[in-house]
Amino acid sequence: MDGIVQLQRQLVDYTASLFHEGFLDDQFNQLQQLQDESNPDFVVEVVTLFFEDAERLLNELTKTLGQPSIDFKRLDAHVHQLKGSSSSIGAQRIHRVCISFRNSCEEQNVEGCLKNLQQVKQEYSLVKSKLETLFRMEQQILAAGG
Amino acid sequence: MAAGSSSNWVMESGDVPHVLAVDDNLIDRKLVEKLLRNSSCKVTTAENGPRALELLGLTSGGQNTMNGRSKVNMVITDYCMPGMTGYELLKKIKESSVTKEVPVVIMSSENIPTRINKCLEEGAQMFILKPLKQSDVKKLTCQLMN
Repeated sequence: MDGIVQLQRQLVDYTASLFHEGFLDDQFNQLQQLQDESNPDFVVEVVTLFFEDAERLLNELTKTLGQPSIDFKRLDAHVHQLKGSSSSIGAQRIHRVCISFRNSCEEQNVEGCLKNLQQVKQEYSLVKSKLETLFRMEQQILAAGG
Repeated sequence: MAAGSSSNWVMESGDVPHVLAVDDNLIDRKLVEKLLRNSSCKVTTAENGPRALELLGLTSGGQNTMNGRSKVNMVITDYCMPGMTGYELLKKIKESSVTKEVPVVIMSSENIPTRINKCLEEGAQMFILKPLKQSDVKKLTCQLMN
């Protein structure tokens, strides 16, 4: 029983740190509150969808920025999508970089866009790894009978 | 209980509201669907305006694919969508005698007063800021049930 309590405490602490460091915001709490017996995997499902969608968008952004003549409207449309979905799941840092990114697109600032793309890829990679850790910890607790 | 006219969106007590949710973003569609289901609504989703019009039976030559029993009681749509915007969809719904009584709610991640006013003037029931929360949806469905 002690083992589960310790795992649960670790989970609480870890989750708190993600909020504290700005990776997640209150919208993530909203997602967690939507999870219930009829949908016990809701958070994992939505976040997984987000990962797939984000990866697709990051590929598109990389491709669009790699063109000899950059289509800023197309770029902005993709960033808008990523901005929306990151906001909807509470991925705060990604959302913030996307706001910057949209400004760079509007200004047709190539340097700015390249930098923003780099930043968004970094933030994505960080939050993905942290959320995967979070889900792993939840699984451990379930497996231990918690 | 008197039989309503075909355009009467007012529900009879005991009926579950049927909401059509329109959004081009996959994550947002999943989220709004869950939020509505949690508020005891039946939900149909559409990725874009034209598809929504099809489902509402408003496309030329199209039959109302939802028969009288599963008529739509409310439409909730994103504002920013490629092709037909939420505003354009709102206009089309309000222009048709078949659907003009259906309440239409507009969602947007951007808080732009001129945009909000434009939608309200065109007959939108409500304008909601994204990301959507359970409290937003509860407010909506309460209005619908009264």
